Amino acid sequence: MCRLFAITSNEPLSPMVALRALDVMKEGHDGSGVGLLMTDLGGDLEQFRGSPILSGVFSQEGIKRLDRYMMELGLLTKFKFSIRPVKEPPEGTPKRDVYLIRVYEYPFEWEGLSEAETAARLMKIRIDLRRLGGQDGSMMVFSFWPDTIMIKEVGDPLAIAEYLGLDRKGLKARVIMAQGRQNTNYAVTLYACHPFFLQGFATMTNGENTAFGPIRDYLMSRGFPGYMGYQSDSEVFTHILHYTVNRLGLGIDAYKHIITPLKDEELTRHPDGVFLRRLKHGCRFLTIDGPNCVIGCLPDKTLFMVHDSKKLRPGVVGGRPGMFAFSSEMCGLDRAIPVREGNCEFQPMKYDLACVDASRMEVRRWSQWQPCTHLY
Amino acid sequence: MATLHPSVLSPRDLPWRICWDMDRCTLCGQCTAVCPVRAIELGVHRRREVPVPVGLAEKPGNVYRVFHGIDQKNDPAHACMGCGMCSSVCPNSAIFPVRSEEADKLKFHINQGGEPRRRGGRRNDTASVLDRIKFVRISMLTDPALDAGRHEFELRTLLGRILPPEEILKSANEDGWAPPVREIYPLIVGGMSFGALSPNMWEGLQMGVAYLNEELGMPVRISTGEGGCPPRLLRSRFLKYVILQIASGYFGWDEIIHALPEMKEDPCAIEIKYGQGAKPGDGGLLMWHKVNGLIAAIRGVPPGVSLPSPPTHQTKYSIEESVAKMIQSLCMAWGFRVPVYPKISATSTTTAVLNNIARNRYAAALAIDGEDGGTGAAYNVSMNHMGHPIAANVRDAYLNLVKIGMQNEIPLFAGGGAGKNGNLAANVAALIMLGASGVQVGKYLMQAAAGCVGSEGDRCNICNIGRCPKGITSQDPRLYRRLDPEDVAGRLVDVFLSFDAELKKILAPMGRSTSLPIGMSDALGIDGFHAAKRLQIRYVV
Repeated sequence: MCRLFAITSNEPLSPMVALRALDVMKEGHDGSGVGLLMTDLGGDLEQFRGSPILSGVFSQEGIKRLDRYMMELGLLTKFKFSIRPVKEPPEGTPKRDVYLIRVYEYPFEWEGLSEAETAARLMKIRIDLRRLGGQDGSMMVFSFWPDTIMIKEVGDPLAIAEYLGLDRKGLKARVIMAQGRQNTNYAVTLYACHPFFLQGFATMTNGENTAFGPIRDYLMSRGFPGYMGYQSDSEVFTHILHYTVNRLGLGIDAYKHIITPLKDEELTRHPDGVFLRRLKHGCRFLTIDGPNCVIGCLPDKTLFMVHDSKKLRPGVVGGRPGMFAFSSEMCGLDRAIPVREGNCEFQPMKYDLACVDASRMEVRRWSQWQPCTHLY
Repeated sequence: MATLHPSVLSPRDLPWRICWDMDRCTLCGQCTAVCPVRAIELGVHRRREVPVPVGLAEKPGNVYRVFHGIDQKNDPAHACMGCGMCSSVCPNSAIFPVRSEEADKLKFHINQGGEPRRRGGRRNDTASVLDRIKFVRISMLTDPALDAGRHEFELRTLLGRILPPEEILKSANEDGWAPPVREIYPLIVGGMSFGALSPNMWEGLQMGVAYLNEELGMPVRISTGEGGCPPRLLRSRFLKYVILQIASGYFGWDEIIHALPEMKEDPCAIEIKYGQGAKPGDGGLLMWHKVNGLIAAIRGVPPGVSLPSPPTHQTKYSIEESVAKMIQSLCMAWGFRVPVYPKISATSTTTAVLNNIARNRYAAALAIDGEDGGTGAAYNVSMNHMGHPIAANVRDAYLNLVKIGMQNEIPLFAGGGAGKNGNLAANVAALIMLGASGVQVGKYLMQAAAGCVGSEGDRCNICNIGRCPKGITSQDPRLYRRLDPEDVAGRLVDVFLSFDAELKKILAPMGRSTSLPIGMSDALGIDGFHAAKRLQIRYVV
């Protein structure tokens, strides 16, 4: 079972905080891989907040292809933060040339573009690079978005962190999401590794998504080019979140209602039952059928956690004002934030949603039984 | 020996032969009385005996004795059809039909007077692709399978046009109209008309459905078929469990329209029948044998005449116009509060129909009836040779909807062949995972709820002439009083409860409980390479 850990802190943190938390939860995962997302960046990359950052794994040939491609589009490199490992990789981890983290400058002609158009172009570049690199495996691209870094690799999370030198001083972020374990349900590929990211939305999940096939088909038939990939059954959670907020203009309360709707009988007792019933009908193909725990991050850096009703082992949220963590196991939370405020701790159940916004003052709890107020 | 002519057959040439045991027979005559086709009769025979006395005093001679026995008629009109009622009523187990080992010659002679064979029943072919489909995706290790007996399941489906989420929000914001949608049980009692079925059978099914809804909380729905609806039911609260069918004969719709102002409840839905899987491209048929006073009154026709519906709706010029106008008119009749959907026979042109439906925002769903559907009366050639198997057809339709992104907007309902060999839950689950939102079932219920003796081996199949030995499809009170409506209702409830338990036993190991696994084809496998390729599911051996 995947182990999940996310932390949000006023002070930028090293990713090692999250990876050490993953390590104490190792009993439940097989150390077969790690996925890392860092946003609301501190350290060396904080100064480039508005500029898109490309994250991925590249071969030397891939770098050349990338340079040619970006040059043609007029995207110039502004800052390089890439990792070129010199040591031998840990056992089970393939040798890669470059773990790319590169800040780009928008081309002159992009000035004045709407936010939506810029987002669409960034996504198109990421998808194009993914397709180009997929032919020979020279480029694997995880994100191309401002203020966002992603690293994914096969192997033991801590060993990889040491190998890649993730404890380097300039690598810090206020929001970090980490997942330990490679995908074992489908083919082992870095693209199957959580967290998944799309235009500012990220999620990671544990548990199997048994309704994956129809949900994937539904998303792919929405006509949105970003709804692709799906090497993992968990990628749909990110895309449903994107669809809910970006396409439907709803909040994460609606996301909870879409992926885990109330039962037909329960809706008759809900204050917004009429609307929610229609939403349930309309989004029938986006209902998940768990058991799943989903930890996600919104573009405004709000972290949240939800479960479905079959998740018998819920995750936990806790911390203190200024720093909160979301963990699939209590021991991970204990490791990362040993001193916490008791009233900030919460284990969301099947109706609940827990979130911490960028002010990091409190854990906000919301239940599906409450009226919809569009939290987001 | 009778005069020899081309259609004189020996019992050996008939598909069924009667075996009769003279030693056990008491000559009570019950078998000859009960035989629906008068295939047997009391025979008086002379037997010659040659007693051989001991010694030479008396010379051997002849003695002729008379004995009584059962004769099987050989002419095509009275050929035994294997229903087995003779053995059911025989107190001494002295008589029973057996299938002839010789190839059936009757089929060459069952067109006397130039009339091709007409019959009721089914296609008479045990082959079933649905039976070959296995559920191969089992939750193992990464997540445990669910407990079918104790876990909570929500096995509901939607009948009605569902707007895309963007339009739902727009409609909610503007307080606009949204198409009516019914949350129903995914197994529907398919259209079997009042007329095709006996009053007792119809009443039993309706009572069973009402019990399932009101006592057990299972929102099971029943289609009327084309034959109207009894006036009291139209004016009762139970109408909400009923799907009213309108077909090309419009039988019973005068009564329905006149009952509109007095209806306490809206019906569940309106089904416009354009085609039927058992006899695609052919209209309904209620033969004169069954059109008695009651049937004639409900249908608004004179009694004692055959009622063939035209193959298509004659009031319209083209199918597009027909679909659009009929759907809209019927929506309007109930104030746009009732889902209206067409039912077609499965055909290689289903996707064309579907694309037409997709553009009509009043069309609530599409029901597709495969070649294995049953019927009360049809030409043998239509039943045996016309039509399209349901599995590939519903799959094509679903994948077409996926292609245009409308898989949630137009629910597909599949029929024709579910449970044909007794595997109802497995067949229904397979159809749902191929893309159906629900399944209509008829023949299985006839067998399970009323004891229909029909089989895929051309047994009985006389639903058309009103002499159903079980009283299921007869309008003769002497026959249908054999069927107690309460027994039918009880058995219907048994069937739905056991189906529900079996469906859960299929879904639970796959980890599905929250929603019906519509289109979950990644869970399916089949042992035929080409079938797997055609259905776009896993090939497993």
